[in-house]
Amino acid sequence: MTDLTVKISSLTLKNPIMPASGTFGSELAPLLDINRLGAIVPKSITLSERGGNQTPRVCETDGGMINSIGIQSKGIEHYIANILPSYQDFEPPLIASISGESIEEFENLAERLDREPSVAALELNISCPNLRDHGQAFGMSADTTYQLLGKVRAVTTKPLIAKLTPNVTRIQDIAEAAERGGADALTVANTFLAMAIDTESRKPRIGNVMGGLSGAAVKPLIVRFIYQVHQATNLPIIGSGGVMNGQDAIEMILAGASAVQVGTATFIQPNAMNTITDEITDYLVRHHISAVKDLIGQVNLD
Amino acid sequence: MKTFNAKIMTNQSVSTRYWQITLDVSAIDMPVQPGQFFHIQCGDAWKNPLRRPLSVYHYNRELRTLEFLYLVKGTGTQQLTLKKKGDMLNLIGPLGQGFTLPEQGALLLVARGVGVATLHALAREARSENKRVHVIISARTPEDLLTVETLTHIGATVHTVTDEEETSSVESVRSLSEKLIREEGISAIYTCGSRRLSKLVQELADEYQLKGELATEAHMACGIGDCYACACTIRKGNQLKTVRVCTDGPVFPISQAVLQ
Repeated sequence: MTDLTVKISSLTLKNPIMPASGTFGSELAPLLDINRLGAIVPKSITLSERGGNQTPRVCETDGGMINSIGIQSKGIEHYIANILPSYQDFEPPLIASISGESIEEFENLAERLDREPSVAALELNISCPNLRDHGQAFGMSADTTYQLLGKVRAVTTKPLIAKLTPNVTRIQDIAEAAERGGADALTVANTFLAMAIDTESRKPRIGNVMGGLSGAAVKPLIVRFIYQVHQATNLPIIGSGGVMNGQDAIEMILAGASAVQVGTATFIQPNAMNTITDEITDYLVRHHISAVKDLIGQVNLD
Repeated sequence: MKTFNAKIMTNQSVSTRYWQITLDVSAIDMPVQPGQFFHIQCGDAWKNPLRRPLSVYHYNRELRTLEFLYLVKGTGTQQLTLKKKGDMLNLIGPLGQGFTLPEQGALLLVARGVGVATLHALAREARSENKRVHVIISARTPEDLLTVETLTHIGATVHTVTDEEETSSVESVRSLSEKLIREEGISAIYTCGSRRLSKLVQELADEYQLKGELATEAHMACGIGDCYACACTIRKGNQLKTVRVCTDGPVFPISQAVLQ
């Protein structure tokens, strides 16, 4: 028997595979066995209702896509009344991704969700490139990251996962700041601020001009970030960016990830997360490895 | 809704910019409504990672074949033209909200460009229930007029207008539509493919108290309601609401359409 369990702080996941926020919903239930996921991550929630950005909100690029959804959201009360209950019959623990326009909003959201027993952990989306002007995000500043984590830490005992932005000069600084502020784990990373232009019309291919790049094209960059962050902190890492198959997931685990998020691959094949989990098992069997956790950070540098 | 593979029976060009593909879906047992769509993997997952939403042109329940009439618009649909007879295609569907037929009376369908593909499925459904169907097809050139023969063959009355013949102005289509509404007992009006014509259909539905529906299109990522890429604005009562084309649409009551 292969052991796929991994730990993210106090949370034990039955396998390392979970959705990236914003790419998953209960609509997938007919196409994907949700009970086989390591965790459930519903779309980021904001304090109040948001309409999202102008269209087109997605465009295709080589090996990926740019999105600028802008977190269309019905607000925290709707989330608690409707979204959380819609997952209550599924087995995997639920990680609530929260997004705020100020540190105070993060605090309010965390305080509100701290009272919800169905929320196993909070992922702090301090890195969405689509909320503020020109892709600015809290996670671009180590000081802001430290302050934000500290404020949220004070209002909840639930595990806190800081989702870092790749749009920084030195990600280790942000990771250390998050750790000092009280983060229990890190998601590495959100999408890359990107742009594409339609040469026929000379118009940006995203309504909001810029958006976040995801998909297979970003994977080598994310593997590098995971490796760097793993060197810099002791926190468990959730790798996120461009995982298309089990091999990709193993690569991130070897670089230092304890778990892996899957997003764009789900748009290509809705059951991608189930397939990736099977491929991880195949890898372990093929290499006579009994537990996937034994591979974390085991890149061979000799 | 499911993810499945289907074998390609034919895939050929029907005019300079349009292709038609027929799939064997005999392994699939599913109800398919006109106006619904399938989310299709068109080519290589590196060059074209995103699927393309194509609305149903014709679903033949007896032969279990599924047909799409598609405009070759970008790299995804270009890749689709390279698929050969016998190749497999991966689809998710059927997806979205389809058209609803009127209880009684005749239907008027107003199509522009590839919009006729979507309305063709509706025309067939209405004809199978012996409802009278009039179709106004608008296109750039007479060569771009699609499915005229097929629609005539199934017993729909087809009226064509083109830019080249200078018969496709909104004013011309309005007077033709009004004549049909007055003389042919039209109780419902449908449109797809043009913002200008959608606006006209919205006005006509309001003025003549007709049931009206609009089929929309959008860039999509997931196609099943998770990602919110395909947002559009609709009017519900006095409020504007942002909804998803893929799951709340692609067919909306024409009264809800917000058209600039």
